[in-house]
Amino acid sequence: MSFYDEVYQPIRREIGEDFMHSVTAADVRRAIGKTWLNERDYLVLLSPRAEDFLEEMAWKAHRLTVQHFGRVIQLYTPLYLANYCVNKCAYCGFGAHNKIKRDRLTLAEVEDEARAIAGMGFKHILILTGESRHHSPVSYMRDCVQVLKKYFSSISIEVYPLTEEEYRELIFAGVDGLTIYQEVYDEAVYDRVHLAGPKKDYHFRLNAPERACRAGMRTVNVGALLGLHDWRSEAFATGLHAAYLQKKFPAVEVSLSPPRLRPEVGGFDPPVRVTDQNLVQYILAFRLFMPRAGITLSTREPARLRDHLVKLGVTRMSAASCTSVGGHSETGQKTEDQFAIADGRGVGEIMAMLYEQGYQPVFKDWQLLEAN
Amino acid sequence: MPQTELTDKLVIGDKELKSRLFLGTGKFATNKLIPQVMEASGCQVVTVAVRRVDPDFAEEDVLTYLSPDCILMPNTSGARNAREAVRIARLARAAGLGNWVKIEVITDNKYLLPDNYETLKATEILAGEGFVVLPYMSPDLMVAKQLVEAGAAAVMPLGAPIGSNRGLRTKELIRIMIEEIDRPIIVDAGIGRPSEAAEAMEMGAAAVLVNTAIATAADPVRMAAAFGQAVQAGRQAYLAGLGPTRLYASASSPLTGFLREGE
Repeated sequence: MSFYDEVYQPIRREIGEDFMHSVTAADVRRAIGKTWLNERDYLVLLSPRAEDFLEEMAWKAHRLTVQHFGRVIQLYTPLYLANYCVNKCAYCGFGAHNKIKRDRLTLAEVEDEARAIAGMGFKHILILTGESRHHSPVSYMRDCVQVLKKYFSSISIEVYPLTEEEYRELIFAGVDGLTIYQEVYDEAVYDRVHLAGPKKDYHFRLNAPERACRAGMRTVNVGALLGLHDWRSEAFATGLHAAYLQKKFPAVEVSLSPPRLRPEVGGFDPPVRVTDQNLVQYILAFRLFMPRAGITLSTREPARLRDHLVKLGVTRMSAASCTSVGGHSETGQKTEDQFAIADGRGVGEIMAMLYEQGYQPVFKDWQLLEAN
Repeated sequence: MPQTELTDKLVIGDKELKSRLFLGTGKFATNKLIPQVMEASGCQVVTVAVRRVDPDFAEEDVLTYLSPDCILMPNTSGARNAREAVRIARLARAAGLGNWVKIEVITDNKYLLPDNYETLKATEILAGEGFVVLPYMSPDLMVAKQLVEAGAAAVMPLGAPIGSNRGLRTKELIRIMIEEIDRPIIVDAGIGRPSEAAEAMEMGAAAVLVNTAIATAADPVRMAAAFGQAVQAGRQAYLAGLGPTRLYASASSPLTGFLREGE
């Protein structure tokens, strides 16, 4: 059994296509007023009708987030190890169809990058590779983790979906977090935007978070790329996925990212426009649905918007990001960016902004427990 | 002059404490508030998540802000089983955070309820290694007895789920533990108001541990002062021996006075 069979299909069958448009103001008020929301309540808050209640939802989301997480934002930064990729994803700058420079950091370069990033204060790092089992095998990731462990207290991966055994191997090496986006939960759209490559296997990707949880991953972060399909149904699916994981693996810290598509070298034009208001509604609805789940916000979003989102439910933010291979250190940028970041502020500026809003930046929220 | 200073001491492990308010340190807008909060409330014992201790970021490292005379209680927040809790405790001691440890083993991220079974296992191992162990637990008399047997210096039942500010939802269970367990019972988690802290103290709790209610108040320093006073008041009331509550006045023995008539 899996998320798809246990939750995703049954719930969509049960609720039906038209539900979203039959929501009344009274339904929204009732959902906002509840302590524990069910899936249906979550969908009510994602509906067009709930747009009239954003301020009310925002107050509750703010209160819940402060209550459960405090006035605290955890900071991390991504590190791109390699950009070789065998997939053809219509929306991605690293896609195999794009004629760009390809590279992979040597272990010495990984160390240079690590030193530069650690020098900014970061303790939590997210490592990324494109999908190429040939260029970026699990053994390469493991070697990188061995280097990175000297500099960081928590290492997360955002790489192609692995087997349970491979996740176990990386956890053993020192990885404690997984980020993996389904990109789009709608199967027809998934098939359409993933033109070729192993990523075409919808279910192998969809079940990856579960395999990681079974292998003993501490934190798991899921997401859908906003802009590929109707955002409300994608937000609904992502929230269901997070709730399913939390229920099935209660010891895992589950979180969600709401990434909107950004311009990239391939010049893909997102079929769906997701406005700031849409993004806010998604974050608020999810916070009310899962008061204790993390919400991760990347530098895909512009500074001004990120500043406002701090109070609406976000718990983790990236800073000083760079989406090219080797962009952090003296090594210098060795490839194009995967996508254009929108908030280019440095660590000091992000910290000042958080303090300004009465929030505490936290660089370290976990540390590796070596056998002792 | 009314006597307001409490003179009775709370002894836990190797320490004698004046203040019965323990402070949790997550959730503050900035850790710079911590000394002010401690000053305002008079609290001496501070719990710190080892996972958050970050000497490289002195600005927000809790340890930067603690006075030398405060008592540090590192906690094993983030541990999912006894093995992880034990490792975190050892890391803390090796890092010079002392030998007190609050065991926190949580395998449920939805409600943050502790895993009593794993907590008991960790308590046994760490007490055996000379730690002063204060386990956080779901109130359960039998488990509390086993924790004491395993060497716990105190037992810390929850009043309500962490961060819920719902007050003493487990009051009856805690009351029984206070009666039956001959170690300090410290109510940890769920206390949302000074009045609830006072209530726990009136019942005979040895201390209360508060974080969310202070850290997330509009004015944390003032709220800390309020908690400090409430804990003292509750303790005074307990020591004063709250009179038994009676349904009827008893001045004139209206029902049995006749037995003494005409004597």
